[in-house]
Amino acid sequence: MKKQLCLLLAFVILTGLATACRPAAATPTPAGPRTLVLMSHDSFAVSEDVIAEFEEAHNAKVQFLPSGDAGAALNQAILSKANPLADVFFGVDNTFLSRALQAGIFEPYKPRGLENVPDELKLDPEYRLVPVDYGDVCLNYDKSYFEEKGLTPPQTLEDLTRPELKGLTVVENPATSSPGLCFLLATVGHFGESGDYTYLDFWRDMRANDVLVTEGWEDAYWGQSTWAGEGNRPIVVSYATSPAAEVYFSEGALEEPPTGNVLGDGACFRQIEFVGILKGTKNRDLAEAFIDFMLSEHFQEDIPLQMWVFPANEKAALPQVFLDFAEIPERPAVVSPEAIAKNREAWIEAWTEVVLR
Amino acid sequence: MNEWMNGRMMNDKHLLFAYSHIRTFTIRYSPFAIRLLPLVFLAVFFFYPLLAIFRLSLAPQGHLDLAAPAKLVSTTYYARTLWFTTWQATVSTLLTVILAMPGAYIFARYRFPGKSLLQALTTVPFVMPTIVVAAAFNALLGPRSHLNLALMALFGLQRPPINLQHTIWIILLAHVFYNYTVVLRIVGGFWANLNPRLEEAARLLGADSWRAFWQVTLPLLAPALVAAALLVFIFCFTSFGVVLILGGPRFATLEVEIYRQTVHLFNLPLAATLSLAQITLTLAMTSVYTRLQARTARPLQLRPQQTTQRWPTTWRDRALVGGNVVFMVVLLLTPLLALAERSLWTGRGYALTNYSELFVNRRGSVFFVPPVEAVRNSLAFAALTVGLALVLGVIGAYLLADRKSRLSRWLDPIFMLPLGTSAVTLGFGYIIALDRPPLNLRTSPLLIPIAHTLVAFPFVVRAVLPVLRGIHPHLRESASVLGASPARVWREIDLPIVSRALLVGAVFAFTISMGEFGATSLIARPQMPTMPIAIYRFLGQPGALNYGQALAMSTLLMLVCAMGFLSIERFRYGEVGEF
Repeated sequence: MKKQLCLLLAFVILTGLATACRPAAATPTPAGPRTLVLMSHDSFAVSEDVIAEFEEAHNAKVQFLPSGDAGAALNQAILSKANPLADVFFGVDNTFLSRALQAGIFEPYKPRGLENVPDELKLDPEYRLVPVDYGDVCLNYDKSYFEEKGLTPPQTLEDLTRPELKGLTVVENPATSSPGLCFLLATVGHFGESGDYTYLDFWRDMRANDVLVTEGWEDAYWGQSTWAGEGNRPIVVSYATSPAAEVYFSEGALEEPPTGNVLGDGACFRQIEFVGILKGTKNRDLAEAFIDFMLSEHFQEDIPLQMWVFPANEKAALPQVFLDFAEIPERPAVVSPEAIAKNREAWIEAWTEVVLR
Repeated sequence: MNEWMNGRMMNDKHLLFAYSHIRTFTIRYSPFAIRLLPLVFLAVFFFYPLLAIFRLSLAPQGHLDLAAPAKLVSTTYYARTLWFTTWQATVSTLLTVILAMPGAYIFARYRFPGKSLLQALTTVPFVMPTIVVAAAFNALLGPRSHLNLALMALFGLQRPPINLQHTIWIILLAHVFYNYTVVLRIVGGFWANLNPRLEEAARLLGADSWRAFWQVTLPLLAPALVAAALLVFIFCFTSFGVVLILGGPRFATLEVEIYRQTVHLFNLPLAATLSLAQITLTLAMTSVYTRLQARTARPLQLRPQQTTQRWPTTWRDRALVGGNVVFMVVLLLTPLLALAERSLWTGRGYALTNYSELFVNRRGSVFFVPPVEAVRNSLAFAALTVGLALVLGVIGAYLLADRKSRLSRWLDPIFMLPLGTSAVTLGFGYIIALDRPPLNLRTSPLLIPIAHTLVAFPFVVRAVLPVLRGIHPHLRESASVLGASPARVWREIDLPIVSRALLVGAVFAFTISMGEFGATSLIARPQMPTMPIAIYRFLGQPGALNYGQALAMSTLLMLVCAMGFLSIERFRYGEVGEF
């Protein structure tokens, strides 16, 4: 019996080891393909055939290193600066841009294809980080809820404080959530910090109008919304592409999005995502080739359906569901990365004071 | 004698020599070397990375920078956070223990149909991702739940009467939901081997059943009870997802604050200070516990289960067993069933669409996870964790069981420390500490079972130690006197008695590894996605199909875990009877 136990234990450990060590066995031989390591946040996604094209063209193997949410991934890249974990890092957004640049972890590189990217997306003049995609954080509302109740859906931020919309809105906590922070930034950009109605006045009114704050997007969207979750709130901070995703992921059940976007002036915040070459890479040429490739039309056209954001390259064709249902706000709120880096903590602190305490 | 024979003899001689060499080695040195294993493991994978991140955070220029600790005391916010962390953990622990004790009793003393299945199912909550549990609670108790709608219709109410969302009540409820099984298994397992004669004797001498429990059984149970309570307390003390998601933004534990400071504000000095505070408090708590435990533990007459368990015969027995079973089903199983039900819902009716879609890579994504692969990865990591945690945990428990050694008083709190340490702090410690050979493990898949073992191994220690201390020394002495070697004494006395506790430990190690998401989500990891990771990927994008697939994967996770528990429990130490 003891023997049996020992055998079982040995078996358990060996199978575990065998499986766990499998990828480590694939060490590249000198003649074999080189490996390029791409570190990213967990939301990164790409099609197999797109990556295969790059791998074939450059006799390379791309290894992915998803490393938590955007903040956690970037912080790990900064901490491992002396001995980088990867060659390329994708997923710094404009709210983290200054932190990333100040940490000095990226090598400048001006990729081919950057001329097809609109100038307002290029935020680093030294090209340490170059834009790959962008998307807008917006409020989604449940169309059928407003129809049934005979209410006019909100169109602007100001509308949200109307008494008849009391208790209908969910936002994410800017202290713990990326869309939550973006939405706070939209209100900072739109209402400003001074004048007779500042962003904090707006949030005071939101609190009076019974706004609900959740920890993250998942809880807000799946937990609290009337259309996707078990909740009873028809207005949720999400992305401008979410209505299109609802149609795409409905198994053909929906022909129209169940939700609409609140696209009024300054009601949205544009999130731009960047890629850069990590300082200390031993595969600089391959890393450069990969960033060129990320801006190429093939990669860029793959972005929308994988990550539900817009490609930075204007020449990239959009998929049908984007052409039909994905909306782009005309005038999103603008806050510079420097201002974000400088005031992030103070704004969050002030917001917490007004909304939560 | 031909060449061949000659060669063979030579080999044999060599073998013999080598063998005797190994023998002396094992006998003379291995106990010490083996004893060191858990300490070496902790030193390399816990203390070293932790010190590295603390040094980087608090003394980036080589000298200690005390600005952050100063900030900590400059506002009352952190003191309030600490106060909330402590009292919610205390109340959660008390509630869990009180609610789970009757359950532990019926599992210890009765046989009833479906018992092992129920026991397996009560452990499933432990592995469920918080966001999925939040959805289940919402479906059952939320504003649009059947319960609320029924109450509104019944009493003609305008607003849903039950509104637990973002209240302390839902935090407490969730903590009981998650940790019920810890008390059930650790206390129930220990209780099952307690000799019921003692209590019967007390009854014969005139004590009523309450008094017999209070004065005889409870003191005997104390070591296991305190061990389980300590585990639950530390879990609630470092609670993260439950407080963040269910509790909402108005509640924060130290763990939540550490995460915020590390990930969102990148304020490492402050995060490290908070982390140190959390570790110190855990250490203080476990030191108190060690004293308590040393006082409560006593040698016991442990009995095999067959002799302590019976079928419920009287109506009182049946009411007791039935009542507790109903309670467990309502508290622990209805949320799980609600999820399973939702996973079959497609918006137009019930179908297996969400399950069949799991197997299709519609968008040709590189990150598509075939369910079979997710299950296999999860099981492989869990198997490694179980193996590592059992080996280290048993050795650790022996180190502590030796009451004569002063060492054990020091070691015990140290063994518990990983449980009380913030996952994000340790994860970042790995990034900076394990970055060069021979320990270049930063992106190795092995780091995952290692991280899981750090959490799982204290569970094994806690499960095994009370039993080990309960083994009557006379048993071992008699065996030795009768001529048994130390190895044989271990095999024939210790192992059968400890085997049940080992199973409890194995189940928890398995559970922790299958469900763990926090720590692994915070470290860079190669593409070996586990089931929880697959669930979170689905939840990351809008659309009904994504939600359905997340729930389908969650239901698979429940099934795989339940089957895992059932098969682990099949390994009984047969010959000597079920202990």
